[in-house]
Amino acid sequence: MSDAPKDIRYSQRHLLGIEGLSPEEIVLFLDRSESYVEQNRQADKKKTLLRGRTIINLFFESSTRTRTSFELAGKRLGADVINMSVSTSAIKKGETLMDTAMTLNAMHPDVLVVRHSASGAVKLLSEKVNCAVINAGDGSHEHPTQALLDALTIRRRRGSLSGLLVAICGDITHSRVARSNIYLLSTMGARVRLIAPKTLVPAAMERMGVEVFHDMNEGLKGCDIVMMLRLQSERMHANYFPSVREYFHFFGLDYEKLENTKPDALIMHPGPMNRGVEIDSEVADDFGRSVIREQVEMGVAVRMACLDILTHNQPDEGGRNI
Amino acid sequence: MAVKLDKPLGKTAFVNARLLDPATGLDCSGGLLTDGEEIAEFGPKLAKAKNAAADATVIDCGGLCLAPGLLDMRVQLREPGESHKGTLITAGRAATAGGVTSLVCLPNTEPVIDDMSVVEFVARRARKAGLAKVYPYGAVTKGLAGEELAEMGMLAESGAVAFTDGVHSVNDARVMRMALLYASTFDLLIIQHAEEKSLAGDGVMNAGETSMRLGLSGIPSEAEVIMVERDLRLVEATGSRIHFAHLSTAAAIDAVRKAKARGLAITCDTAPPYFALNETAVGDYRTFTKLSPPLRTEEDRRAVVEGLKDGTIDAIASDHAPEDEDAKRLPFAQAAFGGIGLETLLPVSLELYHNKQMPLLDVLKLMTSAPADLLRLSAGRLQVGAPADLILFDPDRGWKIDADDLLSKSKNSPFDGRPVQGRVHRTVIDGRTVFEREV
Repeated sequence: MSDAPKDIRYSQRHLLGIEGLSPEEIVLFLDRSESYVEQNRQADKKKTLLRGRTIINLFFESSTRTRTSFELAGKRLGADVINMSVSTSAIKKGETLMDTAMTLNAMHPDVLVVRHSASGAVKLLSEKVNCAVINAGDGSHEHPTQALLDALTIRRRRGSLSGLLVAICGDITHSRVARSNIYLLSTMGARVRLIAPKTLVPAAMERMGVEVFHDMNEGLKGCDIVMMLRLQSERMHANYFPSVREYFHFFGLDYEKLENTKPDALIMHPGPMNRGVEIDSEVADDFGRSVIREQVEMGVAVRMACLDILTHNQPDEGGRNI
Repeated sequence: MAVKLDKPLGKTAFVNARLLDPATGLDCSGGLLTDGEEIAEFGPKLAKAKNAAADATVIDCGGLCLAPGLLDMRVQLREPGESHKGTLITAGRAATAGGVTSLVCLPNTEPVIDDMSVVEFVARRARKAGLAKVYPYGAVTKGLAGEELAEMGMLAESGAVAFTDGVHSVNDARVMRMALLYASTFDLLIIQHAEEKSLAGDGVMNAGETSMRLGLSGIPSEAEVIMVERDLRLVEATGSRIHFAHLSTAAAIDAVRKAKARGLAITCDTAPPYFALNETAVGDYRTFTKLSPPLRTEEDRRAVVEGLKDGTIDAIASDHAPEDEDAKRLPFAQAAFGGIGLETLLPVSLELYHNKQMPLLDVLKLMTSAPADLLRLSAGRLQVGAPADLILFDPDRGWKIDADDLLSKSKNSPFDGRPVQGRVHRTVIDGRTVFEREV
């Protein structure tokens, strides 16, 4: 599977986003992830690679699946994993983001996995700590491990990302998943289409080298992959769309709209799904085409690979060639 | 009066007519043959009765003008909700008497047209009435409250031809920006009543000398241009389309003129009061002249005429707004805004022709193919195979507008007592004569 040259290594201390990664670096992450997929399917999943290492999951925004995925990934590699979420932290007592970072830094963790509702907050924090930082989602900016797990899912099904036509549909404006996927897919030679009402996709998105569609049937024509995004119903009150039924009517994925894609097109969703809002239940549960559960499985492997690569890539590791 | 034929339609030959088709510039002696509900043939060689098809009913037009029926793109129906002021039937009768064969109604009924079921109700009632064809506008925001977007996509699918909050502007700039973006997702048109609410305040007539003398609170004319300028910026930034309804000020028309020169996808209309009357018509607190937007200054009126002449203004609509006596026989400040206009649209607009300001065909175009084009409706032109929606009218015949003689249920015409020229003799919809005047 590995088509990365042997001397390719990931040179950064953190994983803050997909933007700027080279195709070789992306392949490196995907290949390493691949090696963990089999391990995760064994009865004995535990390794000792990260024994003695401390990973802190620092979640300023609630999350179940991403946090669990990182926690499992760390534990399967033998690390000590601490979860901190906003409700239990000092943030509510008025401590600033930077105070929290400095406090945690003093405890000498090896990796901080950070999610924050403000775009750029993870980068700001990464500048103040000595350990590796993984962005587990910052505002509407990036969610690099999601893009990697999406890519791994696609690559395992299709062999390669290059040349695929991928439609990303839904609330692009507020989506860090969309941004990370746009960077990754275009870097790997896939063609990306965005499909959304004009209120949910900024006109400037076209500058990212994607094609923008406002009609689902048009946009899905000939696509190999359909990525649906979660639509938060609170967006309705801010006038991004008038009602759930209208949104579903025009932009919800159902079998009728799906007829426009290639017959074997894969359906993806980063979760959690809003059934009947952006995706019809039948489509979401279609065993033949929906790879939504596979995405979750790949998520653990990808996060193991990220922890593996980053912990063995710090200055005190002597810049070990991985 | 209104005649409705229920027997099967055959062929009708309109002979000895002056054929007018504003869309193509046709103006010649000729005739027109309808077959069933459609126009079968027209042209100079059908001018004589002896050339008419043997099985056709022949109508001698006596040299009068035979033209496409008018499309009135701004009419307030009071049904559902306020049928004591007007109904689909009374508006339909007034429309056909005025030569209006298609009208577009504002969504400010009760309930508001912000739901598919209301669109369908209006369409079904109008079809049943068998009078003027009614196309509904959908609401931009739920309940016309200016806060949350209405289901414009589904409303359009169920038949709404464009979107407007009716007599209210969409005042919040962010709501308007989102509305324009959302509407342009489906290539829908938004129609704005251009008036900055926070500036218009509780004004009841144009702010100026007359309001000062009468002691009435004024609506500054800038309230119109400020909203137009704001929306032009939003349209430019979002790449959407907009239409400004009933423009009344020189400044707003100039803003539209310049924006059109810049290539923006914008259009606008005006209504007869704004080129035929000015604020002095308010006179001695005549509440029938209390309109929204208010009657403006003489300079503004002249600017409206200029805007019509140079093509800045794309259409004329009646702005028909029925109000009963309870709503109008009140102190000026408390009276309702609005005037009826379906039956006076044609004669008052023809003043532009009689005053030698515009050619006859150009005036007619503003009420036929021009509004049809901007709303993407197929009405308003003579075309073989198109529905036979026609009017036969005498552009020169003089008469005096008497509100009591008008068919509209409410009688609040700002033109009451005005001598005008131009009268509709016969109105045909889908090949059926639905109105005939005994002359």
